[in-house]
Amino acid sequence: MTLLTGWGRTAPTPARLSRPQSVEEVAALVRAATGRGVVARGLGRSYGDAAQNSGGVVLDCTALAPSWDHDPATGLVTASAGMSLHDLMTELVPRGWFVPVTPGTRHVTVGGAVAADVHGKNHHVDSSFGAHVRSLTLLTADGTLRVLTPDDELFWATVGGMGLTGVVVEATFACVPVETSRMRVDVERTRDLDETLEVMAATDDRYRYTVAWIDLLARGGRMGRSVLTRGDHARRDELPVRMRRDPLAFAPRPRLAAPPWVPGGLLNRATVGAFNATWYGKAPAARRGLVQGIAPFFHPLDGVAHWNRMYGSRGFVQYQFVVPFGAEETLRRVVERLSNAGVVSFLTVLKRFGPGTPGMLSFPMPGWTLALDIPVGQRGLAGMLTVFDEWVAAAGGRLYLAKDSRMPASMMAGTYPRLEEWRAIRDRADPEGVFRSDLARRLCL
Amino acid sequence: MKNALGSVDTVLLLGGRSEIGLAIVERLVRDGARRVMLAARGGTAPVDRLRKMGAEVHLADFDAARPETHAALIEDAAARLGDLDVVIPAFGVLGRQAVYDADPVAAARDVAVNFGGHVSIGLAAARRLREQGHGTLVVLSSVAGVRVRKANFVYGSAKAGLDGFAQGLADSLHGSGARVVVVRPGFVIGRMTEGMSPAPMSVTVDTVADAVIEGLRSGRRTVWVPGRLRPVFAVMRVLPQAVWRRLPR
Repeated sequence: MTLLTGWGRTAPTPARLSRPQSVEEVAALVRAATGRGVVARGLGRSYGDAAQNSGGVVLDCTALAPSWDHDPATGLVTASAGMSLHDLMTELVPRGWFVPVTPGTRHVTVGGAVAADVHGKNHHVDSSFGAHVRSLTLLTADGTLRVLTPDDELFWATVGGMGLTGVVVEATFACVPVETSRMRVDVERTRDLDETLEVMAATDDRYRYTVAWIDLLARGGRMGRSVLTRGDHARRDELPVRMRRDPLAFAPRPRLAAPPWVPGGLLNRATVGAFNATWYGKAPAARRGLVQGIAPFFHPLDGVAHWNRMYGSRGFVQYQFVVPFGAEETLRRVVERLSNAGVVSFLTVLKRFGPGTPGMLSFPMPGWTLALDIPVGQRGLAGMLTVFDEWVAAAGGRLYLAKDSRMPASMMAGTYPRLEEWRAIRDRADPEGVFRSDLARRLCL
Repeated sequence: MKNALGSVDTVLLLGGRSEIGLAIVERLVRDGARRVMLAARGGTAPVDRLRKMGAEVHLADFDAARPETHAALIEDAAARLGDLDVVIPAFGVLGRQAVYDADPVAAARDVAVNFGGHVSIGLAAARRLREQGHGTLVVLSSVAGVRVRKANFVYGSAKAGLDGFAQGLADSLHGSGARVVVVRPGFVIGRMTEGMSPAPMSVTVDTVADAVIEGLRSGRRTVWVPGRLRPVFAVMRVLPQAVWRRLPR
C-alpha cells in the first residue's frame, strides 16, 4: 500500500499503486479489480482526492507506452494518455506547434487534461481542452477499448469525467501553429476590483491569452487591485533580432526547488503581504509588447519544483469557482470577505471564461472564475468556504473538481445540473462501479 | 471520506442513547457529516435534532451483549451509509461495586458488555476500516481503567481491558490508513453518573465531545479529558500500592 495525496497534500489515503507499461496490463488490472475499484492517476496535479482510491488500486499511467504522432498537414496530434504536456511541448514547439490548451502547469498528462477538461488563459476564445479533442481511446470496465468521438455521449461523459468512466489511453487533438516559442505580452496594473473587471470585460477579446493576478491582501479602496497579463504567440518579426536565429527554441527547466521540508506557517500574512506588495509594485503600470518565453508566461510556478511543499506539511486547499456573467456582485463579496479576513492566498487569479464544452461534468461556463490557494490551518477556513459555497451556488456557479478537496456532496448535486445524465451514462459503461476514487466517494458521484 | 479540512461524511454510533456519543455525533454533523446511523437496543434517542441539522439518520437494532450479530451490523451500516468515516461504540453500563459484590453474575454480565461487546464490535469495525483504507474508531476508555481502584474495580477492570484492547488494535491498524482514538475521560457529569458526587477534575459531556472532535482533527492517538489528567495519572500510576489502596473512592 502506498499513501497518496493530491497536489494540495491533504487527506492521504493508501492504495495499491501499479505502474502498467502497456494497455494490455491496464486491461488486466481493470478486469482484476475488487470491490474497492480502480482509478487512473497521472502526474498528481489534481489538488484534492481525484486520483486517490482508498483501499483500492491506483494506476500510475505515466509509464504507459509513451508515444506520439503529429500530422503537420492537419495539425492533429495523437498522444498516449500518460505523456505530459511538458514532453509534448518539448517535441512540438521546436516544430512550430503548440498545444491547444495548457493549464498553469505543463506537468499534467494528456489523460488528466481530458479527464479534468482543463482550461487555460485562452478559455475566453478557445474553450477548454475537450473542445479540441477529435477522438479518444477509452479502456472501459469490461477491459475492452472503445474509440470515442465527440458524437458519442460517453465521449462527453469522459471529458471532465475525472477518470470515472474508464482509463483514457490515447487522445487525438488539434494543435495550433506558432512562428516562435515566445509570447508578446502586455502587462498593466489596475487600481481595484472594479477596474480589473472593467478592463478585462472591455479588452480581453483582443488577446488570445489573458489572466489577472489579484492582490488579496490589499484592502479598502485598493481592494482587488490586480496585475493583468495578456498576450499572444509572438510572430517571428516581433522578436528581438538576437532571438530570430532560433525562434522556436524551447528547453525550460526548473531553476529552483522547494526543500523537502518546510515549516508550517512560512507563508503567512507578513510574508505573502510583502510578496504581494513587491509583485504589484514591480509590475509596470502599463507595458506593451514585452517578449516572454512560454514557460514564464504560462507556467511561472513550474520554475520552482515541488512548490506545493511551501505550504508546510499540513498542505493547502485550492478553491476555484466560476460564476456566470451578471454575478459580479458575488465575486466582489468573495474578494471583500477574503480581503477583510486577511486570508493568505499566495496566488489568486481571476479569469474570464468563454463558452464551455458539452462535457457533462466539465467545469467552465461563460463567466468569471477565481482561483485561490489557502494553507490548511487558517482559523475559520472551513466555515468561510461553506459560506462561499452558498453564494456561488446561489449565483448559478460551481466549483472545479480538479481543484476541490472539500465541497459537500449536496453542493456537487446542486451545481452540476447534468450530474444525473452523467451518472446514467457512467452506469451503462461501468455497471459494477469498477472505477472509483476518493473524490467519487466524497461527492457521491 | 474525510475531506481536506477534516470534515467527515458518515458516522456510526453504537449505543444510540449515549449522551457522550450523541454529543460527538452532533458536532460531526455540525461540521459536515451527512449520513448517520444510530444503533441501540430497543430504540434510540430522538433523532429530530440531527435531521433538522441536515443529516440523513438511519436506525438499527443493536445488542452489545450479542457479539454474534456485530459483524452483520457493521456490514449493514456500510451498505446503508457507504464508507464508515467514524465509528463510535459508546455503549456501557456503570454499576455499583457493592451491587457487583453481592451479585457476581450481574458483574460478569456488565463486563461482557463493557469489554466483550467492545471487542467484538471493535474487531468487526476494524476489519471494515482496514479494507476501506481510512476511517477512525473512537474508543471511549476511562481513567478508571488506567489504574483500577477498589471503589469500582469491576467497571475499572473492564475499562482497563478495553484500553489495552484499543492500544493493541491501534498498533495493528498502523499503516492501514485506519486509526483508533482512545479517549480517557475522568469523572463525567451526566446521566450515567446521576446521583454520584463528582470527583475532582470532573468534566461535562460537552467537554468530552469537544475533546474527541479535537482528537479526530489533530490525529492524536490518546485524548485525556481534561488534558491535565495525563500528568496526574502519570503520578497516580506509580503511587505505592499501600497509598493507592487507601484512596477513598
